Amino acid sequence: MLQILLAAVMLGLLWAVMTIGVYLTFRILGMADLTVEGTIAMGAAIAARAIIGGINPYAATLLAILGGMAAGLVTGLLHTKLKIPALLSGILTMIALYSINLRILGKAILSLLRLETVYTVFGGLSQIPFFADAGIGHLVPVIALGLLCVPAIICILYWFFRTEIGCAIRATGDNPQMSRAQGINTGNMIMLGLVISNGLVALSGALIAQQQSFADIQMGIGSIVIGLASVIIGEVLFGKNSFFSRLVSLVLGAITYRVIIAFVLELGMPANDLKLFTAITVALALSLPELKSYLRPVVTGLKGGAKNARGKWSL
Amino acid sequence: MLAVNGVFKTFNRGTVNEKTALHNVNLHLKEGDFVTLIGGNGAGKSTLLNCIAGLHEVDSGSILIDGKDVTKLPEHKRAGILGRVFQDPMEGTAANMWLEENMALAFRRGQRRTLKWGISGKERELYRTLLSRLELGLENRLNVKVGMLSGGQRQAVTLLMAILKRPKLLLLDEHTAALDPKTAAKVLALTEKFIGQEKLTTLMVIHNMRDAIRFGNRLIMMHEGRILLDIEGEAPSKSSPLRTCYSVSGRPAEPNLPMTASFCLEFFSRKTAGLFPSGGAGQKDDNQGKGKYCLPLPACAAMFHQSDCDKAAPAGG
Ligand SMILES: Nc1ncnc2c1ncn2[C@@H]1O[C@H](COP(=O)(O)OP(=O)(O)OP(=O)(O)O)[C@@H](O)[C@H]1O
Ligand SMILES: [Mg+2]
Repeated sequence: MLQILLAAVMLGLLWAVMTIGVYLTFRILGMADLTVEGTIAMGAAIAARAIIGGINPYAATLLAILGGMAAGLVTGLLHTKLKIPALLSGILTMIALYSINLRILGKAILSLLRLETVYTVFGGLSQIPFFADAGIGHLVPVIALGLLCVPAIICILYWFFRTEIGCAIRATGDNPQMSRAQGINTGNMIMLGLVISNGLVALSGALIAQQQSFADIQMGIGSIVIGLASVIIGEVLFGKNSFFSRLVSLVLGAITYRVIIAFVLELGMPANDLKLFTAITVALALSLPELKSYLRPVVTGLKGGAKNARGKWSL
Repeated sequence: MLAVNGVFKTFNRGTVNEKTALHNVNLHLKEGDFVTLIGGNGAGKSTLLNCIAGLHEVDSGSILIDGKDVTKLPEHKRAGILGRVFQDPMEGTAANMWLEENMALAFRRGQRRTLKWGISGKERELYRTLLSRLELGLENRLNVKVGMLSGGQRQAVTLLMAILKRPKLLLLDEHTAALDPKTAAKVLALTEKFIGQEKLTTLMVIHNMRDAIRFGNRLIMMHEGRILLDIEGEAPSKSSPLRTCYSVSGRPAEPNLPMTASFCLEFFSRKTAGLFPSGGAGQKDDNQGKGKYCLPLPACAAMFHQSDCDKAAPAGG
């Protein structure tokens, strides 16, 4: 049981990085960026290829981040300069990335078994008898790195989105018209947001590939939905008051998602139905506000007497 | 300060929805001018403001602000010298950001944004002082999301943001139209106070004719993409509602005829609304007269009943 739970926490930490990336585009910029489906596999592919090529795993991971940023930039250019709708821009890059990822990988799956990864440094932890005896020795190095990496990312982002540029990105997502009126180059801010987001997603892909010891061309499929599910779970369960608590809630959301998945698998749901399950969960969560508004007339009707709706604003 | 030279703007050119929203518009504002702009729905008022602000590219003609040709500049590059308030209270502020963050965004208008902290402690004090001038109790609510404020409060904040970095030109597009009458009056009063204190060059679209006459030193009426009427106020005192039509008629009005601005406006608004038979009363001369309307005033005065004029003219007019 502990093993299952900790494995879920470990996966959750790695996917949390991706979740934060999805949050940046989905909630801060207010667009669904499908690039991430390609970027996560790209991060994995670049890291795997580089590590196999003998590059230091940290440098390889950095390369993966840069690759992801480039992918984000392409989507940004398609959207802001060529005026292709955001959703379609993301899809175009995602499809293009499929071919590119295949080229990087050279085949559908690239194994990293017995190669040095970012987790190797923490390998000593798995030898500690306390962990080894509990049968979680292999999980501990990944969790250790995750616990270093994720809070660091949260702190950096927390700082960044309080700076002048960060505020400008948030304003762009919130109200682009107002942002332009305040002299913000909204096109550049959208691009910057996409670059950061996809950099994070690629980092997540690189970390996941090194954890599971292989990079897989299929890895990205459905990842946007997993990201969205984690974002929404985080928001619903852990609140969304301050920006900091929102970032933390994303991590908790990603972990919770993994725990839920582990749980339903344990209950005997076939693994092949996972994506269907996730999609239904996200569809339900996203439609919550709409469902509420369908129910509202019923509720107010029951309470009796609708309040006078005021069409005009007042002080 | 502002020069709009022969601007044309057609939407959806070459389609069935083709619409000429601006037709050879010429407009020159002097430093410190407070111009009110009226006209019926679809007259092109918003389009004119949006062209000045850079939301739309003009088809031809040029726009100069403070001597600088901005015709080809994108919207965000013009923002540094402009202040804008929109009709919709939602449009002027970022709802999910704090009040102080919104102010800080406006404070950096026209500046390069860097990785410096988005708001400094010193600024906070400034914002507090400025917000207290609104007398809405907002000075203690810097950390409230703007979306939590009422429409009137948001409009007042937007106004404050628009003038935070003294703009060369303030563009107000029916910024009180979405507010209830009491709130609208408050926001208008604030607007007048700020414009007066800062001596801002202003172009204000307003739908209420009475207010259009009451505010500013010059009044412009648009119709079907053209400037129909351009009344330069000969205001003896700022509060005087009486505006003679010198620049319309080209000669002084006779004192015993009710040739006030409101009278002219009433006349034109009826005419543009189709309530008044066209022809005879005046003829358009917008090519030589720079969009001004040549109006034989006595003739048109005769077509009015005194009671109409009384109704049209604000109290004291
Ligand atoms: N983005 C646009 N695309 C197409 N047509 C437009 C656009 N904006 C304005 N128009 C058209 O241009 C004309 C002028 O519109 P505009 O918004 O400037 O009018 P207005 O004087 O501001 O009217 P109102 O008092 O209703 O705000 C209208 O016929 C309108 O339909
Ligand atoms: Mg308008």
